[in-house]
Amino acid sequence: MSELLPIVRLTLLVGGTATLGALPIAFALAWVLARWRFPGKVLLDGLVHLPLVVPPVVTGWVLLLAFAPTGPIGRVLEAGFGISVLFRWTGAAIAAGVMALPLMVRAMRLSIEAVDRRLEQAARTLGATRWRAYATVTLPLAAPGIAAALVLGLARAIGEFGATITFVSNVPGETQTLPLAIYAALQRPGGEAEVWRLAAVSVALSLVALVVSEALVRRAGRGVHVL
Amino acid sequence: MSFDVDVSARRGEAVVGARFVAGDGLTVLVGASGAGKTSLLDMIAGLLRPMRGHVRVGGRTLFDADAGVDVPPEQRRAGYVFQDARLFPHRRVQANLLYGARDAARLADVAATLDIAPLLRRWPRTLSGGEARRVAIGRALLSEPAFLLLDEPLSSLDPARREEAMRAIERVRDARAVPILMVTHDMREAERLGDRVITIDPSLRA
Repeated sequence: MSELLPIVRLTLLVGGTATLGALPIAFALAWVLARWRFPGKVLLDGLVHLPLVVPPVVTGWVLLLAFAPTGPIGRVLEAGFGISVLFRWTGAAIAAGVMALPLMVRAMRLSIEAVDRRLEQAARTLGATRWRAYATVTLPLAAPGIAAALVLGLARAIGEFGATITFVSNVPGETQTLPLAIYAALQRPGGEAEVWRLAAVSVALSLVALVVSEALVRRAGRGVHVL
Repeated sequence: MSFDVDVSARRGEAVVGARFVAGDGLTVLVGASGAGKTSLLDMIAGLLRPMRGHVRVGGRTLFDADAGVDVPPEQRRAGYVFQDARLFPHRRVQANLLYGARDAARLADVAATLDIAPLLRRWPRTLSGGEARRVAIGRALLSEPAFLLLDEPLSSLDPARREEAMRAIERVRDARAVPILMVTHDMREAERLGDRVITIDPSLRA
């Protein structure tokens, strides 16, 4: 059992960092897609959803190209900050975040679109600036969707496999999250018992996430039902 | 003049608008469905931008296309009671009433006037249509508006609720604190409540 704990801890670290890191980006994208009208919106929508439909291996490979020491992002990180995310848990979090992003954007976009904009107008006539109306009316009403997005994103992030193993490989203690550990155990002769244990932990984590999301949505939705 | 309005705006295929001046007290705007009554109120409140004209209330210019004036809605101090109440569903009645309140101490007073004191702890979704209307009127009053806009405040209420709401409006009108512009398509309502009645005729539009 003792070998399980570090794997679970790493999985939660990677998944949590990925989800929290993707949250502001996903929210901004959801807002833009829900509220703005501009040429190229369809293109942006498609781009956001790409990781959902492209084989994860391809996403991982694209990330590898971008973050490699000679890649456009990797070069900047290396030269500017002396950082490399390759073979690091940070790279695993980036892969998981990119894979979780489309699901998070979807959930938040739907909940933002569901907010009646006439309520914002009412707030404005009562003296609220545009921003106060967003903060006191739109955001609370969209909160269940944001909570759902967080949990969906976390579930997706802790289950991420293809993009992660392609991008940052399968390094025990660094990038080897639960799914990668299960894969490694499967490759090992006599690893079945470990596979069983790891798989059980995976299922348990997912169940906890679901229960928490349900509770969050219920609590946030006291007066309203947005989803 | 309390209201000096001359505006028009495009709504889909049609152009809606009106031109009128009106004094203190309660002015009723009547007109057939689709005459653009709600659009007109939206333009006065700053929620819909007119393509031309001006809006002046109590001597203050809120919109003037030629002078490039367009005061944002939060600075117009319109007490706008929407046809669909538009209470915030995630706030209890009391929090709705206090949303734009400048002086929370007036809450009890306003709640008593409108007979909504027993509702303060309730959620908006549990209110009847008449109760929601009265809460919406209270919320508008507590924001200490410079003028009131009432959009069919009595429509779709059963006769008893209608009488309640009508009395509430009469009490506000008789307090004579702010000019009121009320939209309706019911002539009897208009005659009972209004100090004057203005008919919006789509064919006379400028």
